[in-house]
Amino acid sequence: MAAVDTTRPATRTAQPLPQILARSVERVPTGWTSWVTTTDHKKIGIMYLVLTFAFFLLGGVEALLMRVQLAVPENSFLDPSTYNALFTMHGTTMVFLFVVPILAGFGNYVVPLMIGARDMAFPKLNALSFWLLAAGGLVFYASLFFNPVEVGWFAYAPLSTGAYSPNGGVDAWIFLIHLTGISSLVGAINFYATIVNMRAPGMGWGRLPLFVWTILVYSILLIIALPVLAGAATLLLTDRHFGTSFFDPSQGGDALLWQHLFWFFGHPEVYIMVLPAFGIISEVLPVFARKPIFGYKAIAAATVVIAFLGLLVWAHHMFATPSPDIVLAFFMISSFLISVPTGVKIFNWVATLWRGTIEFKTPLLFSVGFISLFLVGGITGVFLAVFPVDWQLTDTYFVVAHFHYVLVGGSVFAIFAGIYYWFPKITGRILSESIGRWSFAIMYVGFTVTFLVQHSAGMEGMPRRVYEYPDVGNLALWNMISTIGSFMLGIGVLVTVWNVMRSLKKGTLAGPDPWKGNTLEWFTQSPPPTNNFDLVPRIRSVEPMKDIRRQVERQSPVEAARPQPAPESTVTA
Amino acid sequence: MATVPASADWLSPEAGPTENAQKIDTLYWIVMAVAIPIFLGVEGALIYAMVKFRARKGAVPAQIRGNTRLEIGWTVGAAVISIVLAVVTFAFLPAIRNPPNSGPDGLDVRQAGLTSSPFVESGAGREPPVPPDGQALNIDVNGLQYVWRYTYPDGDDNPGNNVFAYEQMVVPTNTTVVLTIRAQDVIHSWWIPAMGGKFDAVPGYTNATWFKVTEPGEWDGQCAELCGRNHANMVATVKAVPPAEFEAWLAGKRQEIDAANQAAAQQREQVEAGRPPTEPGG
Repeated sequence: MAAVDTTRPATRTAQPLPQILARSVERVPTGWTSWVTTTDHKKIGIMYLVLTFAFFLLGGVEALLMRVQLAVPENSFLDPSTYNALFTMHGTTMVFLFVVPILAGFGNYVVPLMIGARDMAFPKLNALSFWLLAAGGLVFYASLFFNPVEVGWFAYAPLSTGAYSPNGGVDAWIFLIHLTGISSLVGAINFYATIVNMRAPGMGWGRLPLFVWTILVYSILLIIALPVLAGAATLLLTDRHFGTSFFDPSQGGDALLWQHLFWFFGHPEVYIMVLPAFGIISEVLPVFARKPIFGYKAIAAATVVIAFLGLLVWAHHMFATPSPDIVLAFFMISSFLISVPTGVKIFNWVATLWRGTIEFKTPLLFSVGFISLFLVGGITGVFLAVFPVDWQLTDTYFVVAHFHYVLVGGSVFAIFAGIYYWFPKITGRILSESIGRWSFAIMYVGFTVTFLVQHSAGMEGMPRRVYEYPDVGNLALWNMISTIGSFMLGIGVLVTVWNVMRSLKKGTLAGPDPWKGNTLEWFTQSPPPTNNFDLVPRIRSVEPMKDIRRQVERQSPVEAARPQPAPESTVTA
Repeated sequence: MATVPASADWLSPEAGPTENAQKIDTLYWIVMAVAIPIFLGVEGALIYAMVKFRARKGAVPAQIRGNTRLEIGWTVGAAVISIVLAVVTFAFLPAIRNPPNSGPDGLDVRQAGLTSSPFVESGAGREPPVPPDGQALNIDVNGLQYVWRYTYPDGDDNPGNNVFAYEQMVVPTNTTVVLTIRAQDVIHSWWIPAMGGKFDAVPGYTNATWFKVTEPGEWDGQCAELCGRNHANMVATVKAVPPAEFEAWLAGKRQEIDAANQAAAQQREQVEAGRPPTEPGG
């Protein structure tokens, strides 16, 4: 294999010096038509990021409206049907229109750059993915003007069947599931084909950046899980309009069938939303700790194991259903097992920081915030996996707190780390560090104030999805604290929005590699030219940019005169 | 709204005077005892690393790529903790699932004219649990938009003469109460936090749980699965009273039902005889 390369010091050969600066390129077409007609993965990636972030803000407004309603007991700010529509739209938006597709957005922009490819494998399909997503969002939000869906993002039958939800909101939801589902499927196939076939020379599976590993596994999970949801949504559609009764027990159907199908998709979906977030963390931490990732192979393997186990835990959403104890026991144990590879990742991240020289840039702050919050979500997940305990906690605010720790403390904080980390590559300018630190601090405090007390609200007996609650116990106190926190969290997000707007014009120029990154996207200009790379270097390790910088350092006479840093030894005890 | 226990428990699930809820609470605290050291250890290591390993002048990052023994160590450690938690759960499960006999000062179910055998054929779903002596008070819980209906079956073939109630379930103290839980329209979930976990009421299925309240009192709960617009107002209360008081309540209910049945029979006769029905109460 690459044995010849590694035994020979690369610098002493007569190979030409790698070019870091790209030559000037053709003038890039601008204007709105260049966006609508583009098949460039970078432009599509930017459109993904902007559109999904807009949906994030919409979903956030929906959340704040709910928090206003819940601020005091017996409030009458919203009526029950509006409230039900809000939590349905909030959940659906955040899952299908924000977290999953924004990760596809990062993947679109970064994956080809990280593996040294010029574009995705199927550029036109890539554009199709984006426009199907946009159409799905449009169809779903258009239902606001008619009858928005009120049955929750999980749309349990029989409540979602024609007899109990006759209006068109559920149909708009089914339409969204199909459009965004095809979008994600096409995108997933594209990622898979790209990553498998278009890696730079020398980039074996052991040198694939960890973010690319997670996008690969994300794609495989989407390909396995989404068709099941599409099938279930189609059954629901035929139940509603074409006289079938898959979910109607009075006609021989089964009300639990929907739950099994939905969660067979729904739990892998959780890992679809969190694995690429793990990938972002695994990229950011080593760069700012100036230290290689601790246990590359273990982290990559943990990603695959989590994905596999993630397919076997779906019924832990159904512990309160009339299912046999042996089923409950199986799903408890499989849920416990998934905490093992997840724990491995957390330990490896902490070990990556250990004995590094940590630079407190904003991407690192969000990443460390991610670890500290995701840990809480992981631990409360173990409580929920113990099924007798789950009987008390499921469908209460304890669960709301748990999965917001996973999806906001986890995915959203990682997404913000990704925004701060890759913004210089995407725009050529660095986001303001001081504003970024403020955004992080306000978001971290706001998040904790919002969601920590919700554990207690749940354990005092407050169920989910209630538009009002009585003034008993400490519920009024917890809910008021939570509402105050949610507005802090909202302000923290807006600070980053302001930072982005401001830095687009005023931000410090980034240059190709502002962070001294490890991966290949920092090899090209910021923003990269349409063809990404004029020259793709041969990959010799998992940190190609480190190799290239070292080589440049050795070959440049100015650098050679300086005292060299201590030689890096590869310690593997 | 009715009363709620004054000492609302905000660090762990509610646990009223019934063994199943208390065992769940104990199990929760065992998991907590495992969780707290892990939480403190990881967050502590993280904070320590952030403070100790900040970039300083002259500091050189250690180029460590891994440590196989350490990594195998924490993988095995996490797996062992999982296995321990699973074993503890299975050890607690029987006491949570299986009801004990009624106490000596509990209700004599048969003498009270009620039955321990379920009101309906259970069909698909969970078999109702049975205490060792086979004697329990069966109450049939039926969820419908947006109210809970309780039937106290008397064991005969006539479903029309059973005592029933809405919203407030009255039960005798020191008596094992087995609930069969069903739904009529959409999925609901039966939950009185102080009486143990929640059990989904799924149309087409029968679910089951039990409790045995050792002291009189009232405990609130509400439907825990989204069931439509008024889901938030589908409330429930369990009121535990001494067996004698329970029998008095039962007798009162029977009288009400008899009176209502007689009134209905009278009305039917009048309608059949072609006379206009008299206004009820008029």
